[in-house]
Order: sequence, then structure tokens, then C-alpha cells
Amino acid sequence: MKKAMMFVLLAAFLSWSPVARAGRGMIQIKGSDTLINLVQRLAEVYMEGHPGKYIAVTGGGSGTGIAALINGKCDIADASRVMKPKEEARVAKSGRQVHRVVIAMDGLSVIVNAANPVDRLTMDQVGAIFRGDITNWKDVGGPEMPITLYGRQSNSGTFIFFRDTVLKGDYSQKMNRMNGNAQIVESVKKDRTGIGYVGVGYVKEATGLKVLKIASHPGGNYADPLNKEDVEKGIYPITRPLNQYIGGQVSPEARAFIEFELSPKGQAIVQQEGFFPVSAEYKALNRRAGF
Amino acid sequence: MRSLTDSVRKPWISTARREKLVHGLFFVCGIFSVIVLLGIFLLLIVTAVPAFEEISIKEFLFGLDWNPTSYEQETYGIVPMLVSTFMVTLGALAIAVPLGVGTAAYLSEVAHPRVREIAKPIVEILAGIPSVVIGFLGIVLVGPWIARVFGLPNGLTALNGAVLLAVMALPTIISISEDALKSVPDTYEQASLALGATSWQTIVRVKIPAALSGIIAACMLGMGRAVGETMTVLMATGCSPAMPESFLGPVRTLTSSIAIELGEVAYNTTHYYALFALGLVLFVITFIINLISDVILHRYEKAHR
Repeated sequence: MKKAMMFVLLAAFLSWSPVARAGRGMIQIKGSDTLINLVQRLAEVYMEGHPGKYIAVTGGGSGTGIAALINGKCDIADASRVMKPKEEARVAKSGRQVHRVVIAMDGLSVIVNAANPVDRLTMDQVGAIFRGDITNWKDVGGPEMPITLYGRQSNSGTFIFFRDTVLKGDYSQKMNRMNGNAQIVESVKKDRTGIGYVGVGYVKEATGLKVLKIASHPGGNYADPLNKEDVEKGIYPITRPLNQYIGGQVSPEARAFIEFELSPKGQAIVQQEGFFPVSAEYKALNRRAGF
Repeated sequence: MRSLTDSVRKPWISTARREKLVHGLFFVCGIFSVIVLLGIFLLLIVTAVPAFEEISIKEFLFGLDWNPTSYEQETYGIVPMLVSTFMVTLGALAIAVPLGVGTAAYLSEVAHPRVREIAKPIVEILAGIPSVVIGFLGIVLVGPWIARVFGLPNGLTALNGAVLLAVMALPTIISISEDALKSVPDTYEQASLALGATSWQTIVRVKIPAALSGIIAACMLGMGRAVGETMTVLMATGCSPAMPESFLGPVRTLTSSIAIELGEVAYNTTHYYALFALGLVLFVITFIINLISDVILHRYEKAHR
């Protein structure tokens, strides 16, 4: 029985790999958990309008997508962080060039349980909480109760981005490492002592939790990631671009899909999914990359 | 179409040859699995050893911090993960062994045959539930229940993992223990009852001791499943890398660390090799468990000969 299954798997593998390589019109996209719902939606709408084109979108985290791009296992890598120089060098080593496109903006949202009276924090406070320097809500104007941290795993681009821009240090070893944005949302909904961080696309319709307003420095203006203007103008301090990376020559199929993503129709879908359109700064970057 | 009798009368190959052929076939199968096992072991060692060019073995075995993707200083200490793995596994056994052996005794000795006919397949179906489903139950059902009972803010705890792994180990323990109890000769039971022992005394003092080797084997197999289980603990135990404080706090086992980090690690880096070193540690643990159960079984068999 097991052997039979092995043969089936082997046969499937052997028949699949050349087809995938030769398959015209098939695009493999892999990576960020923050981007997966959005890119899947974009792909669905695109495929409806272009019969015969196939786009497969899978998750796994930005790190996983970038590793797949390096190893030549996907055409486009979704990434909620920028590629590290080391990673770009690894692609370059195989003789390919990396192209970066920004397809949407994200106001990375810090969330707490709806029952928590705290509704605003400064960047320093958020950093101290996730580094484990502040461990009780009373130190940030809340009730006397311990803080439970919910973060992502190290294969997540959001994990790296949040660490490098907000913490500027290591996460508390006590932070729960959750497997994706949706798990963090679910956990914080249930845990009145919880705090977590997720892409803004995951909080737009969520109930039972509160999105914190964040100020870049003590005494500064508190900005709301759900407010389009705050994110577009960059007033919200944890605004970030959501990227797609392409390795090597951009195939006509991939180019057509990316152009659709950046078109007004694609950008409208970006907003439906709770994210924000590409800002002027990154539009210029896209143009320099030829999109 | 040739009839059956025809083919028996005129075999296409002589019996002796056929024997040899079948013999050879089984030999190839046997040797193949040995080669595969050796290959895996060698691969683990070869890929794990380079890790220790940059990590000292002392830091690896006794270090209290595991943070290979650190912002400041990478650390590679496996103690918290070892403790986590043992907590979850032993916790699971503490729940599953009494429950499993009790169920097996009930099914083989007490239950009406019709009940057994229905209950045993159901228990065995339990083994077929994918671990991701059990993990999901841990998030939505068992975890919140633990949080309510113990007054915790959340249920992502070692206890949650232990309960779920116990559920996963139960089918193995019940099924094999029941077979072991069944294979105890009826004469034992008859002699015991004839001496005036009650059914309870017969089960506890005669049948379970007589079937002990099989029951221990069942528990060890269950333990093996619990040590190596990945998805369930990954989803249900919080996975914070800090040193576990109690059964009511989060833990991160060896398996979940490998699963979390192997997907994104760059090939041929110290971190990559260190993950294989984790795999080697896991391999050694399962090897020791099997060795111990083997020793126990042999001793037991000698004593009863």
C-alpha cells in the first residue's frame, strides 16, 4: 500500500516537473502570508479576464518565498520585507537579476483585545513591550495585568520588518510564535492580555479586537493605520511597502500580471482587501524597474 | 484464459527457482530499508557536523537560548527545546498510558463482543485523523477549555500539547495492548478464576502482568509518536523559545523548531547545519527510547521463561 503510494507520488513528481518548467502561461507565486489573500484575489480576477492563463499562489512566509526564488522554484516571490543583500547576492550568483515591484502599501497594525482599555501607544512603548522590557499593562496606562505577546515565526517578513523598524533589538523569548496573521488575530480576540501585530488587511473586518493608534515619538500625533490618509502620507509610523520579486528575465506572462496588479482595477482590489494603493514614492521605484 | 489447474500443472518456473526468487526479493527489500536508514543517519551526521565549526558543543548542549536569527547575537542552545520535548511527551504518556491500558483491558476482557466490534474500529480510525486537524482542535477547543479551567489568559500551553498528543498516541496504545491481552493463553484466566479470584483480580494481577511486554511495547510506540509529532505541537503550544516555566506556559519542542526554521533558512549556513544537528538529537532520543524498551522486553522475557 505504502509502496503503491510511493510509486504514484514518484510518477506524479516525474511528470509534473518538466511540465511545470515547460508550461507556458503558468505563473508560480510563493511567499508572504500577509500578501497571500490579496494576491490570490488579484490572480482570481486576472484569470477570469484571461482564460487559459494560470497563476498558482501559495504562502509559507516571505522567507520561504525568497528561498524558493533563490532556488528557482517560483517565478514571483511575495515579500512583506525587502530582500537582504545576502539574498540578492545569492540570486545574482546564479546569473539572474532581481527585479522588485511594490504592489500595495500596508499599515502594519498593532492589535489588542477589545476589552483592553489601552487604545494608543508610542513606537518606543511598542518596542519595549515586544522586547520584553515592559511586561505589565499598567506601565502603559492599562489595568494591572501581565502582557501576553503574539508574534510571527522567523520565516515571516513581518517578523523581520517589525523587529528591524520597531524593536531595533531582539523579540522577547517569551513571545508566542504564531503561524500566520490569522492565528494572531484569533489569539488576540480570545486573550484580553494579548498584543500582536498583523497586516492591515487582516483587521479591517475583524471584530473583538482593537487597532492601536501609534505615535512615532512621545508627544507626537497618534496615527491610525485604518485611516487611508495616515498611511498614504506616511504619518502612521509603521507603514511599509508590500513587494514582489522576480528573478531573471521577466516573462511576458509575469509582466502582464504585474501590470494588471498596478492598474487602477488592480489597485481597487488592493483597497477592497484592506490595504492601500502604492504611494508616489514607490510608483517612481516601480517605473525605474520598468513597470 | 488458462484455468487455475493448468497453471498449477505446468508451472512457468520450477518450485526451487521460485523459492530462490522470492527469497532474493525479500532480501532486497530488507537490505533496502537498512540502506535507507543508514543513508539517513549518515546524511544527518554529515550535515550536522559542520555546525560545530562555529558553535561550541558546550553551548549547543547546555545553552539556554535558541535564537539563530537574532538582531544582535546569534545563540544556539537546545536546553529549552529538550525540556519542552520531554515535558510534552511525558505529559502525554501520563494521560495516555492509564487511559489506553484501561480501555484495552475493557475491550478485551469486559466489553460485550458487539460493543468491541464497534468500538475497536472507531479507536483505530482515531489514528487516521491528520495531525493538523488535531492541532486545530487544540486551538479552538482544548486550549480555550484549559484556559477557562486554570484561569489563564490563553490555552497555548504544554498541557494543551500533552492532551493532544495523548489523543494521538491512544489508538496505538489501545490497539497493541489489546492484542497483547488477547494473546495471553486462556488457561491463565481459567486457572485464576478456578482459584477463586474475581474478574478484577484476574485482569489486574494475571492478564496485564502476562501481557506486560506487549503493553510496554505499545507505550513505547506511543511515546515515539509523541516525540516526533510536529504539526500539532507547532499549532497548539505557542512556540515561544524561552525556557518553559510550567505545564501551564508555552513551550517549543525540537520538532516545531525544525519545522519553523527549515523553510526559510539559507542552505549551507551555520543555522542550516544547526537544524540538522537538532534532527540528530531527535534521532538519538528516539534511538535511546527504542533501546530502553528493547532491554526491558528482553529482561522481561528472560524472567518469564
